[in-house]
Amino acid sequence: MNEIGKIKGARSVATQDRLNKFLKDASLFYGPDPDIMEYHGLEKRSDMEDVAIKNENDPARMSIVSDRIQAGLDEAFEMLANIGIAPGAKWGDMSTAVYTASGDLTQASTGGVVIFSNLVQYSTKFINKYWIDDPTVGVNEGDAFLHNDARYGTPHNADQALHLPLFHEGKLIAWIGAVIHEGECGAKEPGGIPSSAETIWDEGLKLSPTKVAENYELKRDIVTFLQNSVREPKLQYGDMKAKLYVCCRIEKRMKETIAEFGVDAVLAAMRLNLENTETEVRKRISEWPDGTVRHVCFADHTLRESAMIKINLALHKKGDKLIFDYRGSSPEFTNRANNSLTITVKGLLSQLFLSYIWPDLPRNQAVLAPMDFVFDEKSVLKPTIGTPNAQSMMTLFHSWTAAQLCVSKFIFSLPDKYTRFIAPWYAMINTFQYGGLTQHGEIVGNICADINGMGGGAFADRDGQHSMAPFFATMADIGEQEFIEEELPFIQVVSKKLMKDNQSFGKYRGGMGYQMVVAMRGSNAFGFMLTAQGSKVPNTMGLFGGYACHAYPLCKITGVDVFETFQNRPDEFKYSIQELMNEQPFEGANYSTHAMALQYDFAKEGEMYMIAQGTGGSYGDALERDPEMVMKDMEEDLISHDVAWRIYKVVYDKRNLTVDVEATEAARKAEREDRINRSMPFDDFVEDWVTDTPPANIPYYGSWDDNEIVYAGSPDIKGKIEDLDPIIMPDPKDVRIQALEQELAALSKENPTT
Amino acid sequence: MKIHITESLRIDLDQERWECSKCDTSLGNAREPYKKGLNVYDRDPREVHAALLDQDKYEYSFAPDPTWIRILEYYCPHCGTQMEVEYLPPGHPPTIDIEFDLDALKKQWADRKELPNPVIAPIGEIS
Repeated sequence: MNEIGKIKGARSVATQDRLNKFLKDASLFYGPDPDIMEYHGLEKRSDMEDVAIKNENDPARMSIVSDRIQAGLDEAFEMLANIGIAPGAKWGDMSTAVYTASGDLTQASTGGVVIFSNLVQYSTKFINKYWIDDPTVGVNEGDAFLHNDARYGTPHNADQALHLPLFHEGKLIAWIGAVIHEGECGAKEPGGIPSSAETIWDEGLKLSPTKVAENYELKRDIVTFLQNSVREPKLQYGDMKAKLYVCCRIEKRMKETIAEFGVDAVLAAMRLNLENTETEVRKRISEWPDGTVRHVCFADHTLRESAMIKINLALHKKGDKLIFDYRGSSPEFTNRANNSLTITVKGLLSQLFLSYIWPDLPRNQAVLAPMDFVFDEKSVLKPTIGTPNAQSMMTLFHSWTAAQLCVSKFIFSLPDKYTRFIAPWYAMINTFQYGGLTQHGEIVGNICADINGMGGGAFADRDGQHSMAPFFATMADIGEQEFIEEELPFIQVVSKKLMKDNQSFGKYRGGMGYQMVVAMRGSNAFGFMLTAQGSKVPNTMGLFGGYACHAYPLCKITGVDVFETFQNRPDEFKYSIQELMNEQPFEGANYSTHAMALQYDFAKEGEMYMIAQGTGGSYGDALERDPEMVMKDMEEDLISHDVAWRIYKVVYDKRNLTVDVEATEAARKAEREDRINRSMPFDDFVEDWVTDTPPANIPYYGSWDDNEIVYAGSPDIKGKIEDLDPIIMPDPKDVRIQALEQELAALSKENPTT
Repeated sequence: MKIHITESLRIDLDQERWECSKCDTSLGNAREPYKKGLNVYDRDPREVHAALLDQDKYEYSFAPDPTWIRILEYYCPHCGTQMEVEYLPPGHPPTIDIEFDLDALKKQWADRKELPNPVIAPIGEIS
């Protein structure tokens, strides 16, 4: 709570304390606290930690204690993967962690999503601030607290975090946490990330940090309330139990560590882990050049309609500090769910550093301590508190890609690297969400593990890895499809097959993405959703002259039952999206393409929904790609003859793929000469190219040539972000109805008798 | 002292010049944006990311929409190496992406040895 009544110099400390207590006691509602949510640094070292560090500070001993804690966290992570029920728990969309008594994340599990534990630290601070001294709540040994509302500290409401306080001799000395992407949370669409949410009340469960267990027992009345609020009551109960049990296991390991090394050693190890990490991060940032690197990214959809949504980043580095300045990005959308929270942007950027820049560092929140963040208020990255954010990933991921590109340009020159230099990883969730009644009569709502099939970025000396992992969890799995099909009423009729020519082209190409064709089978009430952007504008950029990934649509074939085809005319089926869509093998069927943003859509048996996973960014000039690597891609059926010539300018014998070295060199030389001839010097180009405003035919959101002036869908609607009216988008169905009515009116006017 | 800034871009700290590291051509004053020394071409994105589906049949084809996004290709004016690409909506000002403090860079590299090639992995991991 802020010191609302504070008047400088007007009251004694005692009076101010009494006033603060009165205001706290009289508060109507403990909403998300800006003082907590806007601070990502470390809390001050406590007296308890200070004493512990005076008693215990031998680096070797601290390292042993930290390793012991880490072993407990990794054991608990494995346990959670085995007993958790959510699909996310099966393939790594989770995390376990330990926090200091003040709530700072000090160690997280080696596997899983570090952003989870790096965000839910905010909720422990909320509990410390509001519940610990509240006689109606309190914090006691054996209590557990649960929350899912992103505004109190989760990436989005589909994630649920459970925290257990660790007591020693009656004193709170640490917090323990477990987080899973549970999926279903009772929103207006199944699966936990509703793209059609227009208000926060459409987003389902809004659980603030709430005591759900006492004496290590879940409170059944609370559990029942939560089960009653979501579509998957079994999932809700089962994973609350799973998280409580793994937190108990971590508590057991922590107590064993205390018994062996003493409480001071554990307290000192937890605190020094944070302080030493911050010191090391500052040292590493100091190695970078001073200066500024900029990048702009564009999201092309709100998930309800097409829109050009700018994410603008200037990354400043001076001395041992970084400043991420996202001003000039798009204004917030009042009734769309694509707004990100600042904590989510920051948490995801911690993942950037801990996975792609300094993966040797301990996984804790101190990595962000030397970094500052600047956002426009009311922007899509810092929306007002009541703005929906269920699809935060739609702007969050672009802010991450911009950051990865900027960081890469800062660090390429450095003589010391802490991991292999890499181009941007594919960053968008090209996967199906689903919901409805299963073949076993259960109601479900969740997401396919294919989210983890993102292609890796190219390296500076080799190609990226195909369908490797999600960029936010480098140690994740895509699950066993056969197991999934036993539980859910749909089949992947084409599964995990790399898509030809779906490649980012460069000296080294990005890892490619696979295609998937799904069809519902065995339910009369089941549907799919898609929540991805990039059908008009590529999502993930290349590096240093390398190209981006392709654009990715949704393809559908309706009016056909593919299972009936398999039964009676199996030869008709084709095993790739290109063949199915271009050859149209099913007579009488309807073939269509769409943006990869599909609101919940009831599926009919055997109709096909088809998408491709994305490709990681490429590295360097495509004309420098070793012709033999191009031939290897040909051999593996990854690219066509068209790409080998049109992009890579390789001349070869098509019968045996033998490269004609001289002819290739000549073709590449000719292309380089052509580049020089068809281009113009930068200043001349700018004069010719740059326009005063965004194009009128594109609904454009964000700054253009001045970060202080942003546009809101039209060249005519612009101003300082704080002065703009709220952006309230019409329902796309209303837009469609209006267009049809106008068409009907025009036809009626032309032919009054009809 | 020459510093590798990107795959094909160097700074000659002594001369304070940008250089193409593929052909050694000087690309201009290192206190100004390196892009000023390059040639630029506005490319239809469909020429690179060609449609994978029949565009006569479908609105979306796996190719970007050229009315929404263009590729700015930046070439060395001497050797034609593609040094950078930028995906921008038509008419959007190009980004001045790299702006380093040259004096601070000189101080930083005063204690470092010149690198013949960029370092792309931790020592001992380069194969």
